[in-house]
Amino acid sequence: MNETKEIQFSDEALALIAKITKHYPEGKEKSTILPVLHLAQAEFDGWLSPQVMDYVASLLKVQPIEVYEVATFYTMFNMQPVGKCVIEVCHTGPCWLMGAEDIVHYIENKLGIKKGETTADGMFTLKTVECLASCGTAPMMQIGETYHENLTLEKVDSVLDDCRKADIRRSHWEKEKIKS
Amino acid sequence: MGRKLLLDNLEYPEIKTFAGYCNKGGYESLKKALKMKPEEVQAEVQKSGLRGRGGAGFPAGMKWSFIAKPEGVPRYFVCNADESEPGTFKDRYLMEHKPHILIEGMIIASYALGATTAYIYIRGELMYIYHILQKAIEEAYQAGFLGKNILGCGFDLDLHIHCGAGAYICGEETALLESLEGKRGNPRIKPPFPAIKGLWGCPTVVNNVETIAAVVPIIRISGDEYAKIGVGKSTGTKLISASGHINKPGVYEIELGVPVEEFIYSDEYCGGIKNGKKLKAVVAGGSSVPILPSHLILKTADGAPRLMTYESLADGGFATGTMLGSGGFIVMDESTSIVKHLWNFSRFYHHESCGQCSPCREGTGWMEQILHKIVNGKGEMRHIDLLWDIQGKIEGKTICPFGDAAAWPVASTIRHFRSEFEEYIRNGEHNRDVKHYYRLNNLQEI
Repeated sequence: MNETKEIQFSDEALALIAKITKHYPEGKEKSTILPVLHLAQAEFDGWLSPQVMDYVASLLKVQPIEVYEVATFYTMFNMQPVGKCVIEVCHTGPCWLMGAEDIVHYIENKLGIKKGETTADGMFTLKTVECLASCGTAPMMQIGETYHENLTLEKVDSVLDDCRKADIRRSHWEKEKIKS
Repeated sequence: MGRKLLLDNLEYPEIKTFAGYCNKGGYESLKKALKMKPEEVQAEVQKSGLRGRGGAGFPAGMKWSFIAKPEGVPRYFVCNADESEPGTFKDRYLMEHKPHILIEGMIIASYALGATTAYIYIRGELMYIYHILQKAIEEAYQAGFLGKNILGCGFDLDLHIHCGAGAYICGEETALLESLEGKRGNPRIKPPFPAIKGLWGCPTVVNNVETIAAVVPIIRISGDEYAKIGVGKSTGTKLISASGHINKPGVYEIELGVPVEEFIYSDEYCGGIKNGKKLKAVVAGGSSVPILPSHLILKTADGAPRLMTYESLADGGFATGTMLGSGGFIVMDESTSIVKHLWNFSRFYHHESCGQCSPCREGTGWMEQILHKIVNGKGEMRHIDLLWDIQGKIEGKTICPFGDAAAWPVASTIRHFRSEFEEYIRNGEHNRDVKHYYRLNNLQEI
C-alpha cells in the first residue's frame, strides 16, 4: 500500500519530469499534471492515493485540488489499489456486438471476481472500459500496453496464463526512464 | 480498386521506418512545401476541398484561414489523436502502420499556419502507438525535418506528444486544449474559437490525424488533382473503419463516392454479412451518427443508390439519412437487438459525459436508466415517448456537440425501430445479459 512507504520519485523519474516540463512554455508547467500522474501511478503501485496526489501537487507547485480534480476526471487513473495486472475489457458498440459481455462473464468466473474487483492474491483486477479503437478486431482487452484482439475464451486463458508468468506492469513511462 | 493516397505502400513493411518511408517518396511533400510560401500551402489545401476527417466534415483549408496572427503571440498546431468514437479505429491504424505520414503532415501544416510548436494529443490508452510516434519524431529531428532552421529555410518547429488519460470528451477540440493545459477535459464555450484563442489563449488549429495526413498527398499531387477524386464537395479519399457482423472488418481507404452496397458486399471491402445473414442496420459514421435500417442505408428514401459521401449519406436529413462522420461503419445483422444496442451506446454516453452541462449530465443518465428498464423487461409504452422527449431536451442545448451525439442515436433508433421497442416492452424480455449487467454494476433490479 503506497501510503505506508515514503513517497518520492526515483531519480530517473525526476529526470524524465524535467525533460517533459521542457515540452511546454515557461509558466505553463501545469500541463505536466497528466504525464506526471501517469508516471506517479507507474511508480507508486498502480494507483493514486491522496498522499501521492499531494506529493505531485507539491512537486509541480500547484494546489492539491488542481491535481485531485484532474486525477478523478480521467478513467486511466486508479483511485483505489489495483492488482498487478489490470485487465481492461472493451464493452462498447462493436465489441459488445461481437461478444464482449461473454468475455467479461468468462473472466469473472475464471478468476472468481466481479468487474472492479481484484483477486485475493493481488494479481488481477478486472475492469470494463469504453471503446479502445479496436472495433475491427473485436472483442478485445488491454493489459498494460498490449492489445489482445479477436478474443476467444481459449485466447483469454492463454493471455492470463502468460500474465501470471510475466512482469506486465511496465508502463511506457518506465520505458522512457530507461531511455532517458 | 480505388486510389490509395494514405494507405499506399502498406504491403512494403519498411514503410513504418524512416528510411522505408523516404524510399517511397516520404518527406518529398515537405521539401516541396518549404519551397512555397505558407499562404500558397494553405491555398492548395483550400483548393483540395479537404474536409475534417474527425467527424465534423468542416473544410480544413477554411479552418486554417481563420487563424489569428497577432504580433508577438505564438501560434500552435495540435493533432487530435484522441480517437475514441465507438466504431472508429482508422487513426490508430494509420499511426501504427505509417507514422511518418502524420509527422510530415504536421510539419507542413505547422509551416502553413506559422506555428513553431506543435503537439500530438494522443489518447493515453494507446501507449504502444506513443512509442511508434516518439521514434518517428526522433528520426525526423535527426534528419533535420524538425528543430531549428528546417532544411535551411529558416522555419523552426518543435513537435511533442501529450498523452491523455482516458476521456472520450477530449476528442472535442476545446476539451482537448483544456486537457493539454493540465485541466479536466471540459469543453469551452465557442466563440472564441481556438483559431483566435486556443492553447494558453493563443491562436491554435486542431486537426484530426487523417486530416493532417491527407495534407501530404495534397501537396504532392496538388489541391486541384485531389479535388478531382471523389464526388462533388466530398473530395479525395476517406479511411473507413468497418466493424460488426461483416466478413472482412478492417480499415479501408475509399475514393469518396463508392456505393454503400458495394462497400458492404464486395470482396474488395467488407465482403458481405457474416454467416450469410441479412443486413439489419448500419451506423455509418461512428456511434454519434443516426442509425439507419438496411433499406435506407443501401438506398435513399427516393430510391437512389446511397453513396459513401458526406452529401449522399445525409440525403433526407435526419428523417431518412445519416452522416459520414468519422467513417466508423458498424454493421449489424438480423440477429441484433437494436434496443440493447442503443442501451449499450446510451451507457457509453452517460459514462463519458463530462458533467459540465445539466441537460447532458442528467439527460444521458435518464436515457440510460429508461433503456435499462426496457431491456430489463420493466419498460412501459410511455417510456418510448419519454426517451424521445429527453433526447430532444439535450440536443442543441449543451456547450459542445457531445449532447447532440448522445441524443441522435436515441432519436434515430426510435424513429426507425419503434416497433422493436414496443415488441420488447410487450414481451418483457429479461435475459442473462441484463442480470449480468446488474451484477457488474452493483445495481438493484428495478
